[in-house]
Formats: sequence, C-alpha cells, structure tokens
Amino acid sequence: MERFKQKHLLGIEELSRDEIDSILDTAIIMKSVLERRIKKVPTLRGITVANLFFEPSTRTLNSFLIAERRLSADTINVSKSFSSVLKGETLLDTARNLEAMRVDMVVIRHSVPCSPHYLAERISASVINAGDGAHEHPTQALLDMLTLRERFGNIEGLKVSIIGDILHSRVARSLTIGLLKKGADVILCGPPTFLPEWFEDYGVKITYNLKDAIVDRDVIYVLRIQRERQDAAFLPSLREYIRYYSVNRDVLNRYARKDVIIMHPGPVNRGVELAPDVADGPWSLILHQVTNGIAVRMAILYLLSGIGSSGGVE
Amino acid sequence: MGNKKLLDRDGVRELIGSLASDIINRNRKNIKNICIIGIRNRGDILAERLAKYIYKETGIKPPVGAIDITLYRDDLTTIGPRPLIGPSEIPCSIDNRIVILVDDVLYTGRTVRAALDELVDFGRPLRIELAVLVDRGGRELPICPDYVGIKEDIDKSLNVAVYLEELDGEEGVIVKKEEYGKV
Amino acid sequence: MKILIKNVRIFDPASGIDEEGDVFIKNGIVSKKKEETRNIIEGKGLYLFPAFIDIHTHIREPGGEDIENFESASKAAVAGGYSTIFMMPNTEPPIDNDGMVRFVVKRARDVGLVKIYPVGAATIGRRGERLTDMRAMIECGCIGFSDDGSPVKNPRILRRILEYLKGTGIKFIEHPEDTELSSDGSMNEGSLSNKLGVPGIPWVSEASVVIRDILIAEYLSSPIHFAHISTEASLDLIQFGRKRGVKITFEVTPHHLLLDEDNVKITDSNFKMNPPLRSKRDRKALIKALKKGFVNAIATDHAPHPLYKKELEFSLAPFGVIGLETAFSTLYTEFVRKGVIGLNELIEYMSVKPAGIFDLKTGMVRDGAPADFVLIDLKKKWKITEDKFHSLSRNSPFLGWDVYGRVVYTIVDGKVVYKEGD
Repeated sequence: MERFKQKHLLGIEELSRDEIDSILDTAIIMKSVLERRIKKVPTLRGITVANLFFEPSTRTLNSFLIAERRLSADTINVSKSFSSVLKGETLLDTARNLEAMRVDMVVIRHSVPCSPHYLAERISASVINAGDGAHEHPTQALLDMLTLRERFGNIEGLKVSIIGDILHSRVARSLTIGLLKKGADVILCGPPTFLPEWFEDYGVKITYNLKDAIVDRDVIYVLRIQRERQDAAFLPSLREYIRYYSVNRDVLNRYARKDVIIMHPGPVNRGVELAPDVADGPWSLILHQVTNGIAVRMAILYLLSGIGSSGGVE
Repeated sequence: MGNKKLLDRDGVRELIGSLASDIINRNRKNIKNICIIGIRNRGDILAERLAKYIYKETGIKPPVGAIDITLYRDDLTTIGPRPLIGPSEIPCSIDNRIVILVDDVLYTGRTVRAALDELVDFGRPLRIELAVLVDRGGRELPICPDYVGIKEDIDKSLNVAVYLEELDGEEGVIVKKEEYGKV
Repeated sequence: MKILIKNVRIFDPASGIDEEGDVFIKNGIVSKKKEETRNIIEGKGLYLFPAFIDIHTHIREPGGEDIENFESASKAAVAGGYSTIFMMPNTEPPIDNDGMVRFVVKRARDVGLVKIYPVGAATIGRRGERLTDMRAMIECGCIGFSDDGSPVKNPRILRRILEYLKGTGIKFIEHPEDTELSSDGSMNEGSLSNKLGVPGIPWVSEASVVIRDILIAEYLSSPIHFAHISTEASLDLIQFGRKRGVKITFEVTPHHLLLDEDNVKITDSNFKMNPPLRSKRDRKALIKALKKGFVNAIATDHAPHPLYKKELEFSLAPFGVIGLETAFSTLYTEFVRKGVIGLNELIEYMSVKPAGIFDLKTGMVRDGAPADFVLIDLKKKWKITEDKFHSLSRNSPFLGWDVYGRVVYTIVDGKVVYKEGD
C-alpha cells in the first residue's frame, strides 16, 4: 500500500478511501501497544504537539493527550481560559507564537468552522482537526469506523442511521462522508429543523420519521441533543423531541433488528436522545468507541508526523 | 545488473538447519525456556522455521513471535512519509525467558537496537540472543550476533536481499546493486 | 486651463458617438472650438469614455482613517476611472447630521481629485428609530439617504422616511436584508454552506425585504432604490413592482456578477461580503437582467478592511471587499471581451445610468458638457496584485486575475486627476 502522504488531518472530506484504511490499519497496531505492559513507544520523541482547545472538551482533549504521551511526544495545552485569546489575540497569533516555540503539530478544537483549514494554510506545523464548529470531527468519525470495522469486519454495505441534531453536528457530517466513502448505506433522521434537505446532496436518505431510521438497520448512531437548541426555536420542547426521536427500549423492541448496535459520540444525555437502559445495555458500543479514540489518534499522530515535522519529504 | 547469488535455495535451508542446531546446542538444558521472536518482515518467517526444526530435533516446540520495530526506529524523523506498521505478536510472557531474536540480515545493527528496546517493553527476559542468516558487516552500533548463518563483508553500495518461499515464492540470498533501504 | 486630447477613440453611448478624433477641453467644459494649447494628450490607441460613477462606496473616515480616508479613496477612485463616488454613511460616527455632511463635502473638496457625494443616514445612528434632519442634510449636499450596512428594520419607520422625502427629489437607498433571517450567517445558505457547517444567509433574507419595501413604496407612491441586489427572487419581485408602477431602481455589484458561492475559498475572507456570493442560478439571473437592460447601475460596494481584520477565520472576519480599482477591468475582460454584453452597455451601466438615477450630469463629448472622462487602453493586459492598489486596503476577491483594460488618464472637470504610472 502507498505510504500516507497527507500533512494535515482537516476532515474526512480530504481523505481517500485508501487513506482511511491506512489510518484504521495503523490504529489496530496502536491498540495492541495500549495492551502492552509498558504502554508507551518512543516513536514521537522530540516532537512537540500543541493542543489548542478553544471549546471545552475534557474527553477529546484527554484522548489526544493520552495518545500523544503514549507515543512519547511532548505536549502543551492551550485552552481558552488560559490563553491570550481573551486578551484579543487571534487564532493566527496564538498559532504563530506556538510555532516560534518550535511546535511540530497542532491539534485544534474551535467553534468556528474551517478554522483548522485556515490555520493549515498559514503555519508550517501539521494541523489536526479535533472538531471545528458544525463542520467536521474527523478523529471521531475514524474511531467510529474502527469500532464498526472491529464489530462487523467490513464497513461496506453496512446500514447505518444517524439520528438527532444533524444540522449542528460535525460528527454527523464527518461520519456520513466517511461511511459513504467506505460504501455504507446511510440514513439521516431528525426533526426538519435539524435536517435541512441539503443533506440529500451527500447521497443519503433523509427522514423525519424515527421508525424509518430504525427498521432493518445494522447500526443506530445517536447524536447528543444540546438543551440550548430550544431557545433558538429549533425545538418546541425537549419533551416533544423525546416523544418522537428518543431511542428507547420500546422503539428498539418494536422496530429494530435483534442484533442492532447502538453508538453515541458522548457524552450521553440519558433520558433525552437515548434511554438509560439502551445507553448502558448490551447493544451499546459506546465504551469501545472511547478506547478506539486513543488508538485512532495515535495512528494519526504517527502518520502525520512523517510529513509535518522537521523530517524531510522524500 | 551484475547481481550476485550468495546462497541458493538449498544453501538457505542448510544454514537455517545449522542455526537451529547451534541454538539447541547452546541452550540444551533450557530448551523449554526459549522463545523465538523474529523481526518483521522476514525474521518472523525464519523464526517459524527455526522453531519447526527445533521441534523436529528435540520434540519441544518453542513459542514463536514477531515484532515490527517501526515505532522504535531511530531514523523516523528523517525518512519522510511514515511506513505502515505490522503487528507485534509476542506469544507468551517473556519474563525470565531466553529470547532468541531472529533477523534475516545483520548490517548496521540499528534494527536490532530498536528490537531490543521494543522487547524490554514487553517484559524482562533472562537473556536475549541474536540469530541472523547473513551478517554482511558494516556495523554502526556495538552489536554482535550469537548465531550467524553466513558472514561476508559486503560493500555499502550493495543491497543484500533475502528471498523466502512463504513471502516471495522463491528462496535465496542475492547481492544487488540496487539502492538500499526499500522498506 | 485647456487640454487637447488628440487621435483618441471617442466612445460616448449617451450621444451615440464611436469614432476617432480630438477632444478639446476648456475651463472644465468640452468646447467645440479648438484653441492653441501646449497641453496635449496623445490619445492614439486609447478609448475615451464618460468617467465612471460609483453610487456605492464606503470611505472609512472618520473612524477608520488608516483603512480608507478621503485621500486614499479618491486615489483609488480615479485610478479606477471614476469621476464621482457616493459615500455611504456608516462611518464612526455616522453621517447622520448636517454637520457631518458638511465635513464630507469639505474633505472631498480639499483632496480635490474626485467628486464625492455623501449619502446621509436615514435614521440617527443608523439605529432605525428616529429620522435624521434630512432637509438640512440635503441643503448641505446630501445626494440620498440610506442606513446601508443595515436595513431599516421597522416598516413604520421606513414609511416615514419615504413620506418625509416626498417632494425633495432625493431617494432612499435600501440595504435589503432581514437580519433576523441572516442571523449569524457568513456565506450564501445552501448545500455548500451546509457541507462546510458554516451558518448561511438565505436568499429570502434579501427578497423578503425587497417585497416589503416595494409594497410600502407603492402605497406611498414613492420611488425607492435598492443597493446590491444579489438574488433571482429579488429581480422577479422588482419586475412585479415595476409592473404595478412602482419607481424602482437598483444596482448590482461586479462581484455578484462575476463570482458565485462556488468561488468562495473558505480560508480566505476576501470572499466574504454582504450580501454573500450567491448561487450559480442567482448569478445567471443577474447577468440575464444585465443583458436585458433591466439593471440600473453597476456599483462597487467598495468596502475596505485592513489586513489585520480580514486575516481572520471566515466566520469572524468582517464583510466586504474593495472594488473601485477592479470594476471596469474585470467586467470588461469577462463580459465585453467574451461577448456577454457590449462595450456601450458596460459604459452605460458604469456611468450614464447611475447618473440618471440621481440626476447627475456625466461627461459627454458635446459642446458645453462637463469634461469628466476616462482614457483606457483596452488592449493592455495586467495582473491584479496587492501592490497595484491605491486604496489603503487590499481585500479584493480578484487578486491574481489577469485582466484587460488599464486606465491611463482620468479627467475630472477638465483636470487630469490620474495618469497611469504617476
């Protein structure tokens, strides 16, 4: 197989099918490293990774931190509350400052869509998108695809439904693109305010009816519902959302296949988008997703470090 | 291109046999305690063959493993795009075991250095011994093999290629003028 | 002061002239009777057009003198072939009283390159609540009223503005946008914005205000002018309004004619403006309207921003692009040279027609007409690069374009105010 030639991980959009496979193959190796007695390899010694988290996210940040440390990279964290961002420093200022400190890779989480792309064009370090607004969250999609591959052996032909606030979800966008590249069949489901018809342009089916997204599907991927959405009139009430879109045992018993799998990017609002017994039940792969997150992020750090860091290009 | 055949099929097999005999001879009392681990991509095949041979001779089948040393390489910052990694499979606890580390060609010693580093991350062996099919000289690190199939000093500009049936469909050792270092 | 322009290709759509000849100017006016002068411009190989009129320019003085002041805006205007520009009122503080109008008129006269007409704010602070002292402002030289940058949100206030302007002959210029529908959008809403996860500005945010204004204008029998129309729906609604007898005029910008949402580079805020670059369909409709003569003016919506403000992530950067120095060349290259519209139509849209909306005189090659001319080398090819701008800002979506048509001289009131290379 071709070596991995990307310098940045900006989105699933930018990856070819083969590149997705390379990342997942490498992630499986990384997963075995995590099972060793000494769960650390010297691979990224001397490489410094900056984690720029402008949105609160303990889970993704911790996952990246563990991945970086398992590979022996040095890490520094910049979060909104500690950085000069509050003093009016721009993203570019912050990044250029880090670069002057010889940072090799930048992991960025930002509420502004496409800010990693913006950064990638302006600094020499490798940029890894850890979630940009409602645009993409490629590492989440990759860890989800790894979870699916482990469970089903193959993603091609899998029937996956993604349910919830599709409009505001970077996970939905990245996962949809990734699954389609790998030949899965995707249905998007949610109330119309969360599911503009433009999503059909991805080449997926959209439905406003939960039943249609449950019947005969291999995987039900449930998105987190932000309670604030009621204020902007996207939802009449949480009560109404729960009534028509919450994935609970009753809905699964009535419509789902027996062997259906439930996934969620976390953290789960138990009792809102997912009933507690479903989130914690035998269908759920949610904790597998978390473990795979570290492996996928290690794989990406390893693969990108060949192009971005001080090492030359062939 | 002026390629030179160092060993043919029978030559390779003969050398593997003699390597196995040497391993048995030196570890006769501890043969139950050895574990053979090959370095990918050909050391792991050689390890498998050595184990079979030892089984035939002694009736004891030592556990066989493989390691991929990519994550431990010392040249990662200079080689550009990352090589894809194979799995490391260690079949048993290596604590207090005698580990026979196997590779096809010993050259600078850097691969072995990486393999030693990786091995100790899996446990603390009683000792590690090194077996190689070809020692071509040119060491850049103080590493000395315990078992050598054939030793021949080969010029830096040349590449020593080992072919094994399981991977390549043919068998032999050829000295080539091609550029070195295709991973 | 006399100037003789010799052997120039005189191209004046208003008087239907297209021929090589000489033009003699005396005391700022075209004169049939040639006199001796040493002041000769060799016009061989150049076209002489009536100078352009931009009815939509943002000058940032006061408040943003380092971004675009009267000097830099004037230089940019004459380098683009303009003799006249309208200054929008959204400065800091805004042009919302007669003192501010006087300030603009004085500053423009002091610089003395281009005619600058202030457009006054229709409401105090452009807040859409209380009307400005419009009569006093007109007396001091206001050419029109607009809260541009913002719409007049409240229809009752809009009604009062149109009513109060009755009988003055002065027009209200609407920035048609429902800001509630635009919300926090930064590009055209559609498949593309959805894919990028970027909040969008839907076409209906423009069109819904267009139809509201048309109906209010009809109700009051008042004329209305729309700034920067960008959608097909707005064009249809304007046609509907005209059929009902409403006196509607409107302008389109070069960037909405030449670019659409597919040209947006999401890492480059030089493609961020309001209204946003629309769909292919909208752009096609604008071009069609241009070809049919349905459009009243091409106006630049020249909106300078400094690099430090534009060099931000797309969603955070301010709206707006500059246009004075690229309008003619880009439109000439893409439309005239490619046969979309004729040269005479382009000159009409950039000079004759905008003058007509606001009852201004343009340069004409007729005895006694004002000598506002631009001389252009149509064959000259040039690349739009940052170093070529006279504006203090560089935020152009046309950077890197190879275009034809370079302004060689601009003459305002018989005075050479721009000479290429000077």
